[in-house]
Amino acid sequence: MQKYSVLSLARNAFSGHRNWSPAWRSPPLKNRYDVVVIGAGGHGLATAYYLAKEFGITDVAVLERGWLGGGNIARNTVTIRSNYMRDESIPFYVKSVAMFEGLTHELNFNMMHSKRTMVDVVQTWPKLRELRRRQLVMDIYGSTYEQITSEELRRRIPALTGGGPDARLPVICGMVHTDAGVNRHDAVAWGYARAADARGVEIHQQTAVQSLLRSRHGTIEGVETNRGTIRANKVVVAVSGHTTTLTETAGLKLPLRTMNLTAFVSEPVQPLVDVIVNCPDSGFYFSQSDKGEMVIGGAPDMGQSFRRDIKQHVFEDTVTAMLSLFPSFKKLKLMRQWGGHLDISHDASPIMDQTDIAGLFVTAGWWGGYKAIPAGGLTLAHLVAKGEPHPLMASFTMDRFRHLDFVMEAGTTTAR
Amino acid sequence: MLLIPCPYCGKRNECEFIYGGPVGAKRPDPNAVNDAEWVEYLTVTPNPQGPVQEKWWHARGCGEWLVIWRDTRTHDIMEAPDDAT
Ligand SMILES: Cc1cc2nc3c(=O)[nH]c(=O)nc-3n(C[C@H](O)[C@H](O)[C@H](O)COP(=O)(O)OP(=O)(O)OC[C@H]3O[C@@H](n4cnc5c(N)ncnc54)[C@H](O)[C@@H]3O)c2cc1C
Ligand SMILES: [Zn+2]
Repeated sequence: MQKYSVLSLARNAFSGHRNWSPAWRSPPLKNRYDVVVIGAGGHGLATAYYLAKEFGITDVAVLERGWLGGGNIARNTVTIRSNYMRDESIPFYVKSVAMFEGLTHELNFNMMHSKRTMVDVVQTWPKLRELRRRQLVMDIYGSTYEQITSEELRRRIPALTGGGPDARLPVICGMVHTDAGVNRHDAVAWGYARAADARGVEIHQQTAVQSLLRSRHGTIEGVETNRGTIRANKVVVAVSGHTTTLTETAGLKLPLRTMNLTAFVSEPVQPLVDVIVNCPDSGFYFSQSDKGEMVIGGAPDMGQSFRRDIKQHVFEDTVTAMLSLFPSFKKLKLMRQWGGHLDISHDASPIMDQTDIAGLFVTAGWWGGYKAIPAGGLTLAHLVAKGEPHPLMASFTMDRFRHLDFVMEAGTTTAR
Repeated sequence: MLLIPCPYCGKRNECEFIYGGPVGAKRPDPNAVNDAEWVEYLTVTPNPQGPVQEKWWHARGCGEWLVIWRDTRTHDIMEAPDDAT
């Protein structure tokens, strides 16, 4: 792997940037690997990287039907945080946030990590009670949550001029999560891809898995793709909203539903807001990108969906809610909008497990799973390599459904 | 945007409705099924790229609850699941 540094930048500048080596190879596709990972999104690439780095398993192919990093990892609003509610969740996300903070160094790729704090704008008493409850649990696990007055809140976010005493939902107070940050999603995908490739992992784009293949004994045997059959005794499904589409080709039903979550951005403006602002009672959140755009998200579409367009009334609801608290944003021109297919599990916690089909692993239910990429990849690689769940994810296996011992998680969605 | 057919009000804009969740399987007699079947009934909903059956509430209209089949790929609302294209 060609190391990125000031020196390599200078050297390549002198040669007119013509001699950079490609960040990853495009090797010929073999018909057998030790491990096949389906999906070159954040979770698939991170799993492949940690399989190679931590467990020395390098005969790994990552199969991607589109292009690397073109799924939800390219469509999300990059909020990285650990203000969850359950004892099972918080340590996992604390670990993931910490891993993200060290990722630039780990992967020798600039993640442009900006640990800028998230502030919740609280407008109802039930929400305050829920966030206070989260705070009590977060205190135990070393995540940060602190209540501030509405005066302090308005001092920190001067653009927040709505929600006064006469508003339908007056602002009550703020909750501050200093561990939260944002970074550059492309760098996460490309950084993991480059580092995994350097350790021998093969990444095959334009390779769509059509079905999972089972042996006579019922175990996993490989996958059928548009480029032929590929055999492997271990197959990892890391396809985000398309999990059930694939597992059902092997007769496996999972407690997951696919929904469309959307986001949109404004034109770039001068620096205006230096924290991530989350308004759970109004139903929207945003942060300002390094380019100056407001990156805005709202509620998901109602009902299951495999469409990626934004519905007009979801868009209108989000904008209306935003203008009630940030009336000056009326002047902003909106530039682009998009959606992504996410799956959410029955109890809103992720599912990471070896399934009833021996050798078939899934990582799914990643609603808000961008923040989970480093810890998700590391702990899934552990499970694939050792056959035992990593302690940080042991609560996220299918056992909780078998025993009706759900890990209900109120911290999964930000907006509502 | 969906135009949801309400039996009383006709086709109305989706924003007048509240989504009421998928129509699940019929509740089995817990003593008549094994554990796996019981867990499946409690936790698994069909998640097809195709027709799903779901409940909607005309909350900002006449207040009626209704059930529709909707295609998750197109948002087309249809009479029956095999009307999907
Ligand atoms: C609008 C929006 C905002 C979000 N905001 C946040 C946020 O602020 N913070 C946060 O933590 N999370 C957020 N998320 C969630 C986050 O994006 C996802 O949880 C996460 O990206 C999912 O994991 P992934 O990166 O592995 O998925 P993806 O990037 O979707 O990777 C899955 C890959 O599998 C491929 N694939 C699918 N089917 C097949 C097949 N049959 N064969 C081969 N390849 C296949 C896809 O093409 C895709 O590249 C948001 C999501 C959306 C849509
Ligand atoms: Zn009606």
